[in-house]
Amino acid sequence: MEAPQHSGSSYIVIDAERCKGCHLCVSVCPKGIIAPASYTNQKGYILAEVIAAKAQECTGCTACALICPDAAISVYRHSRVLSPAAR
Amino acid sequence: MTLDTPELDTVLYHKPEALEDYPFHFCPGCGHGIVFRLIAEVIDELKIKERAVCVASIGCTVTSYHYFNFDGLESAHGRAPAVATAIKRCRPNLVPFTYQGDGDLAAIGTAEIVHACARGENITTIFANNAIYGMTGGQMAPTTLLGMYSTSTPGGRQPSRAGYPIRVCEMLSTLDGPAYVARVSVHNPAAVRKAKQAIKLAFRAQLANLGMSLVEVLSPCPTNWRVEPVKAMDWLVEHLLPQYPLGEYKVIPAVADLKKESRRA
Ligand SMILES: Cc1ncc(C[n+]2csc(CCOP(=O)(O)OP(=O)(O)O)c2C)c(N)n1
Ligand code: SF4
Ligand code: SF4
Ligand code: SF4
Ligand SMILES: [Mg+2]
Repeated sequence: MEAPQHSGSSYIVIDAERCKGCHLCVSVCPKGIIAPASYTNQKGYILAEVIAAKAQECTGCTACALICPDAAISVYRHSRVLSPAAR
Repeated sequence: MTLDTPELDTVLYHKPEALEDYPFHFCPGCGHGIVFRLIAEVIDELKIKERAVCVASIGCTVTSYHYFNFDGLESAHGRAPAVATAIKRCRPNLVPFTYQGDGDLAAIGTAEIVHACARGENITTIFANNAIYGMTGGQMAPTTLLGMYSTSTPGGRQPSRAGYPIRVCEMLSTLDGPAYVARVSVHNPAAVRKAKQAIKLAFRAQLANLGMSLVEVLSPCPTNWRVEPVKAMDWLVEHLLPQYPLGEYKVIPAVADLKKESRRA
């Protein structure tokens, strides 16, 4: 099964050990696809995570990465072309 | 099943090369992290990692050497512009820049920044204004707003006791020396993009030997403002922006030409 975050055009990766749980990314994502997680990282910060059900809506706009004070977010666009069936 | 394949995919954003992997120690939501990231991005894009020197000041960013993956030097409180001056005059091929807070630049270091600007010294200053002494526990800075709480103005800053806030860009732009003086902010992604453009132009002005360039960045300090990071951005918009209007306060014609060049490119 295709992981949900890979069915859209773009996706983000959050570095869990850099993230400090400020949730500025949550507040700026125009698609509302990032949310506070239900767990913490090793430092005890409540991470930001991608909501699996909304992940495919990521447009790769980079707003989350631009506001992240901890350089914890990478944004990628899929280079492969998915066949309609694979979507 | 397809896994993350970042090495195969197009990178739209990634932590800049000029930043070490070492994580920032700043509080959650601190604006210094955003500004450090932007400086590192600009240094990557201008390909000056081998020539850049961060002259750190005293404040929450004093340990910048942990984070920047290029040379750096510590300076005594407020003296960063003097140290950067020496670096530039002795080794003109280096690209020194100072990173200073508002306590550092606008209180103890007022004389240094005024005279570096008056001399038109060919250095760059990134001035992070969070309207407070962050590192030492939230005392009043010269930039603290009237009525604003700080640990040394517990009833709010009163002009009869503590004077009025200093507008650094407005003040320095009256001098003939600076080539570029601008105030930007990092309260949302659009503002962050503009802040990066200003920082890049400031470094390009130095690379073109045009003289002193200074970018003031309005930057949140959620810890000492005593608000959560997201609310700190709203607080910045509501309170700091009216007192410290964004914009370019001084752009000499040669810098304006640089700007046009980048638009054409
Ligand atoms: C000579 C001297 N005086 C005072 C101090 C105490 N001190 C350390 S940081 C600081 C102010 C820092 O404020 P700012 O420059 O605004 O930096 P921020 O932490 O807000 O980024 C002061 C007064 C010092 N270290 N050295
Ligand atoms: S903006 Fe960065 S540090 Fe803050 S919650 Fe999002 S990923 Fe974490
Ligand atoms: S890149 Fe844009 S759409 Fe995707 S998660 Fe970040 S802010 Fe949201
Ligand atoms: S005290 Fe303020 S300026 Fe210092 S690291 Fe914390 S949020 Fe940033
Ligand atoms: Mg400060």
